[in-house]
Amino acid sequence: MTDVTRAADAAVPAAGRSIWADAWARLRANRAASVAMWYLAAMIVACVVGPWLTTHAFTTIYQDYTRVPPSLSAYPKAEALDQAVEDAVRRGRLDLVGWELRGDRVYIDVASSREIDERVTRYIDRSNLFEGAVVEARGPDGLTMSLSAEVERKYFLFGTDSNGRDLLTRTLIAGRVSLAIGLLAGVVAVAIGVVYGATAGFIGGRTDEVMMRIVDILYSLPFIFFVIMLVVFFGRNFVLMFLAVGAVLWLDMARIVRGQALSIRRQEYVQAAEALGVSQRGILLRHVVPNLLGPVVIYMTLLVPQVIILESFLSFLGLGVQEPMASWGVLISQGAKNIPAANWLLFFPAMFLITTLFALNFIGDGLRDALDPKDR
Amino acid sequence: MARYVLKRLLTAIPTLFLIVSISFFLMRIAPGGPFNQEKGLAPAIMANLEQVYHLDKPLWQQYLFYLGNLLQGDFGPSYTRPGFAVAELFRAGLPISIQLGASALVLALVLGGALGIVAALNQNRAVDYAVIAAATAGSTIPTFVVAPIYQLVFALGLSLVPVAGWNDGAFPNRIGPVVVLMLPQLAVVARLMRGSMIESLRSHHIRTARAMGLSDYSVVIRHALRGALLPVISYAGPAAAALLTGSIIVETIFAIPGIGRYFVEAALSRDYTIVMGTVVVVAIFTILFNLIVDVLYAVVDPRVRYD
Repeated sequence: MTDVTRAADAAVPAAGRSIWADAWARLRANRAASVAMWYLAAMIVACVVGPWLTTHAFTTIYQDYTRVPPSLSAYPKAEALDQAVEDAVRRGRLDLVGWELRGDRVYIDVASSREIDERVTRYIDRSNLFEGAVVEARGPDGLTMSLSAEVERKYFLFGTDSNGRDLLTRTLIAGRVSLAIGLLAGVVAVAIGVVYGATAGFIGGRTDEVMMRIVDILYSLPFIFFVIMLVVFFGRNFVLMFLAVGAVLWLDMARIVRGQALSIRRQEYVQAAEALGVSQRGILLRHVVPNLLGPVVIYMTLLVPQVIILESFLSFLGLGVQEPMASWGVLISQGAKNIPAANWLLFFPAMFLITTLFALNFIGDGLRDALDPKDR
Repeated sequence: MARYVLKRLLTAIPTLFLIVSISFFLMRIAPGGPFNQEKGLAPAIMANLEQVYHLDKPLWQQYLFYLGNLLQGDFGPSYTRPGFAVAELFRAGLPISIQLGASALVLALVLGGALGIVAALNQNRAVDYAVIAAATAGSTIPTFVVAPIYQLVFALGLSLVPVAGWNDGAFPNRIGPVVVLMLPQLAVVARLMRGSMIESLRSHHIRTARAMGLSDYSVVIRHALRGALLPVISYAGPAAAALLTGSIIVETIFAIPGIGRYFVEAALSRDYTIVMGTVVVVAIFTILFNLIVDVLYAVVDPRVRYD
């Protein structure tokens, strides 16, 4: 029997798979996690590239398009033109005789009791609906005039906010900020937590006890107190602020890593390595770090959404990212204030935030399953 | 057990002392003070105000003064709400926050626990997936999104409940805050309960219980639940401390006169005594509930002993 199996083993050398290759294969096999990864990738690309493609800048204010609802067809709508022509003519202190739309141009006839200056075209151009206004014809006495202007076609797929800024562009820009902050603070928290926790767990004894008591004390301080103090210190510099927020979020990570380090140190394979005379450094790099990475990666994917929520929460309170910059939290808080009049202002940013959080959670759960050595 | 509890309560004293000290000095390092907001005050008035509140003394004297008062249960006067002592504000606000938080906590534990058990008993079936999906949604959708949607649908749309306000604790006014506070907790409890119940149902003593012919009800509720409760209990401790001391978001959105909304306001206007008072209250709740968790551990799991 033994000979047969040995022969079979020799014939087909089993291809070794590292735990990472294995975990990756298992993650790919997890439908929810794969979809979530594609979704997240798409979201990142959209937020990074999108703002250049929307034809609007996130700071541009269209006074004539405040709180217009989302629409797939171009603005201005036909019924809005009448009002816009009237307004533009009134701004020029002229009387409207009549107007009509031919193709993409409006033709406007105006009259006045005084001679009309040619520069009235600028009053037409000032409207967000028209551009390139020219004088078509002047009446002989200069008291009447025919003007024409091109109707500017604009798309507001997500509508506009109460200042008349394109919500799609703002949502994408906000996504950049939210995702960047999540990643930044997440990395900081993980770095501090891993170093602190691994040190405590590896040195052990009194050092460990003191280090963990410090963590306990920091734990019982109200977290929001810390964050508000940081806001007070760092003011409007949100990059610094979120580095600091990351520096507050490391406590869980430190606990997890310490627990892992403690248990790994007692594993038979570590003892075996010690018995074989492997150096401390070797044990740390070959055995401890790779085994720590699993929980760290999982925790990191769960930490990023936490940071994003925290940032939204701070922005909701008015302590986070400042205007005209936006984050999903800023947009949601503006949306919540406008909800009876303009519910799309809450809907789109909230959908972007929630679906991203969903995706990150699914990836985190998927990674946990993929890296769990118990159900291989 | 009594000795253990006593020992824990004694070690809580230095912890509290450290927390108070750290927050006191952290608060004071922050630039600005309670009286130099927006409009500048005349120097003479400023000096008088600072004298009244002892803010003109060196910091260490103020610190000792504060500690001394705190030991006698005096949280000091509020700086930005003249005429109010912090203790008075807390006496008015804390019961409201506790009532809402406690309702939300109990509902979350009962409903979340029940959902988790149902999901665990139907693992990998439609019911299970529905619970997981709902729990994921509940724990990812932030409170400040749920609350306005609740107001829009149930208050503005269907006119079933008031939009906001406390109205001396009338029942319709409580529904919104409690539901919004409860949902994320319920989601987490359901997830935890499902996971630990699945594990508990696989253990040997459950197999034995089934082999002995006990009814499903008896196996699940009397035997499996006990073991499955541990992770839920350790989550519920800190969650309870956070819920009972009031939520900033919920109290702001629903205009509830609890103590949660004081904190941000006070920290920004440097109302030192309110901030310190809140820190102390939250810390006491946290320490207390961590102790309760550890005691409950021993009650639920006979293998845990503190001798």
